[in-house]
Amino acid sequence: MEAVLSILVGLFFTAGIYLMLSKAIVRILLGVVVFGNAVNLLIFTAGRIMREVPPVMSLDMTQLTGDTANPLPQALILTAIVISFSFFSFLLVLTFRTYQEVGTDDTVKLRVAEPEGKILPPMGY
Amino acid sequence: MAGPIDITGAMITTPTPAGDWLAVVPVALPIITGAALLMLRKRLHWQAPIAVATLAVVFLATLALLVRVWTFGTVVMTMGRWLPPFGISFTVDLLGALFACTASLVALVCSVAAVQSVARPARRYGYFPFLLLTAVGVNGAFLTGDIFNLYVWFEVFLISSFGLLVVGSTRAQLDGTLKYGVLNLIGTTLFLIATGYLYGIFGTLNMADVIRKVPAVEGAPLMTLATLYLAAFSMKAAAFPVQAWLPASYHTPNVVTSAFFGGVLTKIGVYALLRVLVLLFPLQLAGLSGVIGWVAAATMVLGALGALAQSDIRRMVGFLVISGVGVMLAGLAVGTGPALAGGIFYAMHSMIALTALYLLAGLVAERAGSSSLHVVAGLSSAPVLIIAAFILMLSIAGLPPGSGLWPKIMVVQAALEAQHGWLTAAVLLSSLLTVITLGRFFLFVFWRPPVADGLGERPKRLMSPGPMLALTFLAVVMGLYPEPFVRAASHAADGLLQPDAYVRAVFGEQG
Amino acid sequence: MRTLIFRAIAPYLTALMLLFSIFVTLRGHNEPGGGFIGGLLAASAFALYGIAFGVPEARRAMWFHPISVAGTGLLLSAISGLPSFFRGTPYLTGIWTTAPVFHFDVATIILFDLGVYLVVAGAFASIALALEDNGER
Repeated sequence: MEAVLSILVGLFFTAGIYLMLSKAIVRILLGVVVFGNAVNLLIFTAGRIMREVPPVMSLDMTQLTGDTANPLPQALILTAIVISFSFFSFLLVLTFRTYQEVGTDDTVKLRVAEPEGKILPPMGY
Repeated sequence: MAGPIDITGAMITTPTPAGDWLAVVPVALPIITGAALLMLRKRLHWQAPIAVATLAVVFLATLALLVRVWTFGTVVMTMGRWLPPFGISFTVDLLGALFACTASLVALVCSVAAVQSVARPARRYGYFPFLLLTAVGVNGAFLTGDIFNLYVWFEVFLISSFGLLVVGSTRAQLDGTLKYGVLNLIGTTLFLIATGYLYGIFGTLNMADVIRKVPAVEGAPLMTLATLYLAAFSMKAAAFPVQAWLPASYHTPNVVTSAFFGGVLTKIGVYALLRVLVLLFPLQLAGLSGVIGWVAAATMVLGALGALAQSDIRRMVGFLVISGVGVMLAGLAVGTGPALAGGIFYAMHSMIALTALYLLAGLVAERAGSSSLHVVAGLSSAPVLIIAAFILMLSIAGLPPGSGLWPKIMVVQAALEAQHGWLTAAVLLSSLLTVITLGRFFLFVFWRPPVADGLGERPKRLMSPGPMLALTFLAVVMGLYPEPFVRAASHAADGLLQPDAYVRAVFGEQG
Repeated sequence: MRTLIFRAIAPYLTALMLLFSIFVTLRGHNEPGGGFIGGLLAASAFALYGIAFGVPEARRAMWFHPISVAGTGLLLSAISGLPSFFRGTPYLTGIWTTAPVFHFDVATIILFDLGVYLVVAGAFASIALALEDNGER
């Protein structure tokens, strides 16, 4: 099972990096999302796949009996999903605002902060 | 509830000394006041005083924490009473305390400067809560002893820093923030990949626990891990091949924001490199030192060259930030105790001096009405600025009596002892280029007679130079009386190279 | 999206989802559930309301600004760790005590969970409403 998931993670990474190499920011952002999901799947796989019951106790128990699944990778993934989702939505809104203001989402033309030409300082006075 | 159950196997039963709470205050207090300011978004006149007061208390707390770590050794507090490695441990050794203290000081000074320079619309947007939450992330990153928690703090200060960068929403800011955001998101995702692998290999995320388990693992996966961490943190530190986000964004926002970011945020990347590579993977660091050395040399020299080629003074300072990161990485590449100490001291100097230089650039641009070297001229009537600019020039270039002198000497000496002659040459070359850059800045801004046309409108109320002068004064103190800083940095480096004390502080004597 | 059926049913659905989000949050005290998932439910309730009646209407229905809600939650969560100072235990340790009059157990943990609920509800409602707002223009 781990092998299959590892290959899947590799495919996700490939797709994500391919999209990130694009010039359009929306495609880059989609690439980042695929990339982030690849990482979540990677953590899931790295935390070992097993078929066990969740580590939840009923009220009358004082300790767990038998083997239970490891909840930590899922907690990590949950945190990572939340963070990457809020990042993604922020960047999406920002891209939209930038597109409204600047009129392009092409990274080559997006040079408001770093204007071309007239960069060199004066040679003397 | 706890009656019949024996909790000693899972929980800490010894009472926590009240002094250990100092490890939590720098994070918890700004969260509380930052959240309160978010609730009080309508009370604009409350925002600035509360933020400044909070950051003052935070600075005092980190100072007390530094004293406590200096006298009693590493301070550990494991959240929620769970025994480490199950609970998240805040593990404050001398390195973390030094960085947190310096960063808190810079944050305090920046908040004071922001009181004057941040306009009403930006306050309504939530400038001060974002500033506090960025300080939370920064302090959390310096104080935590858990690697996933470190990732979370990275994200906390990144998300808050977006808010600070974009406030005002000019076209240049939108452009800069977009590049900053996307590239940093990719960088932290690399960090997350490395952490996923780390968890897969060791089954733990507590750094002290990882140190205990490293010897049992064969080399190859660790090298992958170390390389991934190097790539991820280099991106955050703005080291050479992955530095492009910094000069694209740092000159766009309010100058106080630039000053805070330029001073503190890149140093978190350096701190994380020190923490992870030196503390967790010393053997792999030795294998990577050649690569890091080249990266360091390229960062230093190309950063200084980039600064030399800029006509916008704030972009020029941005490139100087990059150049400074190279010196810290040179310390890491050499890897001996004195070299690391030099790198740590340089990071502290850089936080203070570059924040001051950004603030100075803001003051100059405000008085001249422009930030282009083609236009800014004839500020000879501002003696305070001239003196400060001269001192900062010496300081950043590494000439006496500035604060940059001693750490650069430490790094150069250590590099020579370790037979890294070319690294020494790179440090000296970058210093020379920095002198030329800042000397020309000084010449054009203060000595050149005013250019007749092109001067913009001067604002009626000028920013006070007080915060900048305070930091400049500190830079002089660091340059004239460096012993305590050198000793602290040396002890911090020793603590990194001999992690036994770190592990023992977390796990007690049986560790 | 503003069909009659949707607009007729949206208020009830929103109310139901909000109620359910509180139920899930409180259930999380001892069983699966919790503040995070509850907060997501609440945020999606407001997002739904926003889709049906427009963003200004949804903001009015929320009464407080979403960011203020998130700030309140952050404050609650951070404060819930402080009582452990007086017990000599580390930050964020759960403290249990019995209420003086009605004799039921109360804990700081529920305060933390409610804080998480409000943070998630506020932050995600703010994101969702901002995205819906941009889509309309």
